[in-house]
Amino acid sequence: MQQIFNFIFKNSNRLLFLLLLGISLSLTIQSHSFHRSKIISSANFLSGGVYEKINNVNEYLNLKAQNDALAQENATLKSLLFNKKDTANVKLMDSLKGVKPGDILVSKVIHNSYNVYENYLTINSGELDGVKPDMGVINSLGIVGIVENTSKNYATVISILNKRSQINAKIKKSNHFGSLNWNGKSTGFVQLTDLPRLAMIKIGDTIVTGGQSVIFPENINIGTISKIYRDTQTNFYTLDVKLFNDMTNIGHVYIIKSKDKEEITNLEKREKDE
Amino acid sequence: MNSTLFVNTFRFILLLALQIIVFNNMNLLGYVSPFPYVLFIILYPVNGNKSALLASSFLLGIIMDLFSNSGGTHATACILLAYVRPTLFKFAFGLSYEYQTIKLNEVLTPQRFTFILLSVVIHHFTLFLLEAFQLSFILDTLLTVLLSTIFTIIICIIIIYLIKPNKR
Repeated sequence: MQQIFNFIFKNSNRLLFLLLLGISLSLTIQSHSFHRSKIISSANFLSGGVYEKINNVNEYLNLKAQNDALAQENATLKSLLFNKKDTANVKLMDSLKGVKPGDILVSKVIHNSYNVYENYLTINSGELDGVKPDMGVINSLGIVGIVENTSKNYATVISILNKRSQINAKIKKSNHFGSLNWNGKSTGFVQLTDLPRLAMIKIGDTIVTGGQSVIFPENINIGTISKIYRDTQTNFYTLDVKLFNDMTNIGHVYIIKSKDKEEITNLEKREKDE
Repeated sequence: MNSTLFVNTFRFILLLALQIIVFNNMNLLGYVSPFPYVLFIILYPVNGNKSALLASSFLLGIIMDLFSNSGGTHATACILLAYVRPTLFKFAFGLSYEYQTIKLNEVLTPQRFTFILLSVVIHHFTLFLLEAFQLSFILDTLLTVLLSTIFTIIICIIIIYLIKPNKR
């Protein structure tokens, strides 16, 4: 017994180091595994509050850019209103399938990271506003990400610029599906993989969210094809998609509550059980 | 003793605040950020309590993780640096470092520079390797480590010169 105590006293530093190393490594590994929320995330009282304060200052400095973006959005909406013909091309948010007017929450990004492989945004609405994990987040230009963690007043969003994000997407004109990933290289481009070789595509085609996704409604803009890689081994294309969004500069976002999500998930679960 | 504690607490809070408010928003070339908050571990007194250093480094890293959504990567890198610090002292200043009064925040000698360089490299290498968590990104990771290390060291040296006490 005496020897055990001696050992502990002698190596107290090493033991403390090993203990802390164990804790932090397990937190790291846990954060890299799929389908599990993080224990340590910026959706909490401390970092949410600090980021909100910082963002208040930043927002003031970016007023001009935000004004421009709002004016642009206004112009698009006006053009929809005045030229009824355009409604065939661009869909109003309200008219998207599965989304009713009351299902869209407006929120503000208070922190945005884009310089690591796993990027997250923090937004200033949380459970009290009705935000739940797995809700889609978009802005006027296109998709932004998916809600991961929520706290009372804040939520973290997996950015599309995240190695772990995987979103169902399709070619706008042909309905061929693929999945949208990010290779961690450039903030302006994401990759569409597993697109069948049968699809007729050319550079400049628009990519939108696909109907298989239960998180996003169909036909939300993502970007345009900028590069096509043909893999000789498989029957799939890999595409570089240039995002409509500038992911390094995101202000206000919309959160989509998809009512169909539960219905679809329940239906698919029942299918599996039988 | 009490003044050392006070200075370190103050340094801890100040560096953390600077890191979160200013340096986290600096992105050279879009992906290179400096992490001068490691200065806390570098400038910690040579003969200070080692367990306290480990614990405070862990706290420092966990708070950084909290703010940057990075799981436990900053914490791991910080405690690793805190643990190997005595070895780095031995390497940079020679075996008898404990008997010398090494003040890091004074004029930059080659020994001091070696020590800062090694500390920053160890911290950044661990940090970015764990952040990528994939060996297929190893070349990109090494490039990021190199660029960030240079960036961090420049800022660390500027900070050291700025807070250097003027006594002459």
